[in-house]
Amino acid sequence: MDLVESYKDEMRLIDKPWKGFWIGLLLMALLLLPWLGDEYMIYMVSLVCIYSIGVQGQNILIGYTGQISLGQAGFLAIGAFTLGHLSRLGVPVLLGLLGAGLAAGLFGLVVGFPCLRLKGPYLAIATLGFGIAVYEVFVNSQTLSGGRMGLIVPKFSPLFGLSGSAFYYYFSLLIGVVFTLVSFNIISSYIGRAFIAIRDNDIAAEAIGVNLTFYKLLSFVVSSFYTGVQGGLYGLLMGYVEPNMFTFLESVTLFIAVIIGGLASVEGSIMGAAFVILVPHIFSSYKELVPVAFGISILLVLIFEPLGLYGRWLKIRLYFRNWPFR
Amino acid sequence: MAVKLLSVNSLAISFGGIRALGGIDFELEDQEILAIIGPNGSGKTTLINCITGIYSPDRGQVIFEGESIAGLSPDLVAQRGIARTFQNIRLFNNMTVLDNLMLGRHVKFRKNPFHAVLRIRKEELVHRERVEELIDFLDLHAYRKMRVVDCPYGVQKSVELGRALAMEPGLLLIDEPFAGLTSEEKEETAYRITEIRGKYKTGILLIEHDLRLVSKLADRMIALNYGLKIAEGSPQEVQRNPGVISAYLGNE
Repeated sequence: MDLVESYKDEMRLIDKPWKGFWIGLLLMALLLLPWLGDEYMIYMVSLVCIYSIGVQGQNILIGYTGQISLGQAGFLAIGAFTLGHLSRLGVPVLLGLLGAGLAAGLFGLVVGFPCLRLKGPYLAIATLGFGIAVYEVFVNSQTLSGGRMGLIVPKFSPLFGLSGSAFYYYFSLLIGVVFTLVSFNIISSYIGRAFIAIRDNDIAAEAIGVNLTFYKLLSFVVSSFYTGVQGGLYGLLMGYVEPNMFTFLESVTLFIAVIIGGLASVEGSIMGAAFVILVPHIFSSYKELVPVAFGISILLVLIFEPLGLYGRWLKIRLYFRNWPFR
Repeated sequence: MAVKLLSVNSLAISFGGIRALGGIDFELEDQEILAIIGPNGSGKTTLINCITGIYSPDRGQVIFEGESIAGLSPDLVAQRGIARTFQNIRLFNNMTVLDNLMLGRHVKFRKNPFHAVLRIRKEELVHRERVEELIDFLDLHAYRKMRVVDCPYGVQKSVELGRALAMEPGLLLIDEPFAGLTSEEKEETAYRITEIRGKYKTGILLIEHDLRLVSKLADRMIALNYGLKIAEGSPQEVQRNPGVISAYLGNE
């Protein structure tokens, strides 16, 4: 069943027929969601789609390249406000999103340069400083942030006769799927191998000819591009952007999503995104206890599954594959 | 006179007040196996680190295939065609043996980011063929898809050699290839090193403590002590040199 007959077959994304079947089923369920779920559910799943983009970007930087970063809120804000200003100028949404990603990516390059020689906690502090600096700039600059009321992002009219929320949902899903595919492709290419080489042993990576400067910066740029697009999509969904959406807490949430989902796995990134969106929602009826419940559930996952949700998923799969033996 | 593969001229480096290398000269011919011996701390590994650009020497020249490479960063040195292995294995632990060897092809890879993003893998296939040849040569079939950390020590040593060979280097620097191996593995590695010279036409600079094996392998030998060259010549000559004997055994 799993017989591989050529090197080419081995490099396919969907390497087993069953995998294709399950992915097809999942996509089908996601496509039918607007008929199955209510407005609120559609909104939540849109959020998960949007979030998973940024978490994947984070995972490329933290999980694959091994560079810790805590300044994601800065890139989110840059992406969101870039999209906001561009769409107010009448730029089409897709171009606006591209602009949001590119603007964030450019800042990723700027931040990445001084951070090249930093490692571990030092890098975390440096990027943290960036996130807070961006927040302060937006808070204090009326022209950038659009004043006290925030920046209104014009809604674009739904196409194909869909309702507003369903259309935004499909749009986020489409972009989420595209970015997921791109993540899989990047990490299985020579670029991904170079990233992992830097994480596992930077001295050896350099000795076999991997240009550390280039690939570290590339990782920064790619992850900030992802985060910028996430920011842009978030602004679109909300209909407005204001600096308080992008506090330090937002960076931490993205970081948690990476760890909870599982370092260095794309599937895990999506699970992590779902976790940080849905878990607070499950506890939402307890009001002020939400952060506590969220915190405890994070602790539980990390204690019982240090490899994150993806690690647990692999174990579940193994259990059923071997069933009824164990 | 033909250009030497590698010539090192009065190479020196100090760390703080400690003189690690105090002006080393030597040359290495095409397809020659040159062994460097010396007691612990005599500067053997420092010498390799200076050649590969991990340290930049205080003075002196390193000329590879007629061009000066002293002070270049390690990745640029690697691109010129110098590959190395490390004394303490430095592999990419969480990757498979196959991926480690594929990383060795990094310098030969024609890189196209669009192909990477759009999953066009033509180039990948070309290099996979070469890596499979290496897997044949090093007898790593059983470990191809295993994570490197899960492999036995001897296999890890082979993988590291394979990763260096995958670069198709003009010069291969091998730092203690026999350390920690069983006697069978030592014999096999020794055989492979001679095989590499014939098959891949590389010059080899070898650091090793096992004098019995080294004297069988090496064409020439250099002995270092306290960062200075104390003897050079055929393995027999060097081992009989009174300076070398006193460096290893002390004076009466």
